[in-house]
Amino acid sequence: MNKTLKFAMLLTACVALAACNKKVKETETDTSANTGNSQNQGGDQGSAIAEQGAFTPADLDSNSCLMQRVIYFDYDQDLLKPEYQAIVACHAKYLRDRPGAQMRLEGHADERGTREYNMALGERRANGVNSAFTANAADSSRIDVVSSGEERPVCLDSAESCWSQNRRVVISYSVK
Amino acid sequence: MRKILFSILLAMALPFQAVAQSLDAGVVVGNEAAISIAVVPMPYQGSATPPAHVVDDIIRNDLNRSGQFRALDTARITEKPVRSADVRFAEWKALKQDFLVVGRILDAGEGNFNIQYELMDVAKQQILLALSVPARASSVRRPAHQIADQIYEKITGVRGAFDTRIAYVTASGLGQGIEYRLMVADSDGFNPQTLVRSREPLLSPAWSPDGRRIAYVSFQKGSSAVYIVELATGVGATDPVSSARGINGAPAFSPDGSKLALTLSKSGNPEIYVMDIASRSLRQITTHYGIDTEAVWTPDGQNLLFTSDRGGKPQIYQVSAQGGDAKRVSFSGEYNARATVSFDGKKIAMAQGSGNVYRIAVLDRSFGGNGRWQVLSPGNLDESPSFAPNASMILYATKEGRRGVLYAVSSDGRVRQRLVLSEGDVREPAWSPYR
Repeated sequence: MNKTLKFAMLLTACVALAACNKKVKETETDTSANTGNSQNQGGDQGSAIAEQGAFTPADLDSNSCLMQRVIYFDYDQDLLKPEYQAIVACHAKYLRDRPGAQMRLEGHADERGTREYNMALGERRANGVNSAFTANAADSSRIDVVSSGEERPVCLDSAESCWSQNRRVVISYSVK
Repeated sequence: MRKILFSILLAMALPFQAVAQSLDAGVVVGNEAAISIAVVPMPYQGSATPPAHVVDDIIRNDLNRSGQFRALDTARITEKPVRSADVRFAEWKALKQDFLVVGRILDAGEGNFNIQYELMDVAKQQILLALSVPARASSVRRPAHQIADQIYEKITGVRGAFDTRIAYVTASGLGQGIEYRLMVADSDGFNPQTLVRSREPLLSPAWSPDGRRIAYVSFQKGSSAVYIVELATGVGATDPVSSARGINGAPAFSPDGSKLALTLSKSGNPEIYVMDIASRSLRQITTHYGIDTEAVWTPDGQNLLFTSDRGGKPQIYQVSAQGGDAKRVSFSGEYNARATVSFDGKKIAMAQGSGNVYRIAVLDRSFGGNGRWQVLSPGNLDESPSFAPNASMILYATKEGRRGVLYAVSSDGRVRQRLVLSEGDVREPAWSPYR
């Protein structure tokens, strides 16, 4: 009986510990899921991020939000979709936390339409993201906007499955 | 040395046909309005090394490609006279030929040749041309194109454009190994020469009116910049004429060659500018929050046609080359971009889009009003039209599978010919001025 109780207690402790561990992990996963896909809570997310400590360059490779660097667009559109507000918010915080950091926004278009018009469209998308950074109190003088038009596709088939991947703005850091 | 093979196929093209039918090279079917012409094989009658290319084949292919001629299949040519004195006109009448070309190739010393030929009107039994064209040992292709031009002009009254060149961009390799090249070739795609090579994208080649320079866009410095390279020397490929902050794109030489229209977004938004090439001073032509790009000059140098989405979707607009108010030119189709203008200013070809389908459409303004439209290509991703200097043909780019290819289409849309590189993909064609 005593033995059984002991075993039961041990088991409970293990389960609790495991659950606890799991909970910690889940929380992390949840955070990343929220940061990546949060639909209508861009503002909340921003304030949640602001409460965290200052970002460091190491966070660019480990923070689940900062690791997301690509923003996708609809056909012939430059409207920043709400689900990408969180990505802008955390990268804007990174720029605020790291006064020496320099960001590059590279706009792209899919292959449909003419190359020079798509160059302009890529720039318009990158400018749109740049404006979102400014709205998140990021220093736009440290953001470099370039357009590659349709010249640097990541996917080569002439189908929406590829086009949707090519209509994008890529965030990168020339100085971390 | 990298050899580029062109596979040639003549496709009889009904303008709205969805799928091109591939036919044997040299055969044009279905163009009943075309002028029939027999080009009899021209033998080499010298005693040195014969020419490396078949002159009469080159002439036949040129004439067929224009869409205005239907050259008799050599398999149906049984009598092969080389001089008008030996011609039995009844034979060519029976073959229903409007015109006949006979000739031969003779030695001209030091391995060079003379191509002697005669053009005849079969019905009138009359000699229209009797010429001797010198050819260097190194190349009979150019004199063959010149003969095709002489025949074309004698019969149609319009200057031929076979002895011209085309510029285009190729991309080969993938990922880190990708290489872009700005190429120049003969108008039939032969004799390709590399003018510029780059690990970064190249686009938008535009010829100077004297054919000696090409303006283009390169990303070799990370973002877009405009360069002017000299064909003879390659000078200019490292030093941009415009590398302002933002987009530097869509260069176009003015008809007098002194100015360059281009797109710059240094103000924060893409606008059309005109640069005085000698001083590099800029004049801003458009000021609008929409996208303004892809300017081309009207032949009189007075106006610019350009693409703008100021009305929502991209359409073609016209503005004075001095600046001022722009007026819309294209009123058909939901997406019209990248205009090219015929030498007489009457026709404007452009990429016309609707959903996922982009075709080459021509707007003929000589009828007044909003003009008349004709669609010249079947789609789906046709772009970058460029008129031949005599406006008889239009070169454009499209995609087949993952690969870019070039087509030449006759301006009536009846005949299309594909020029395919053996490797890599091809885009951004630009037809040269007359040589």
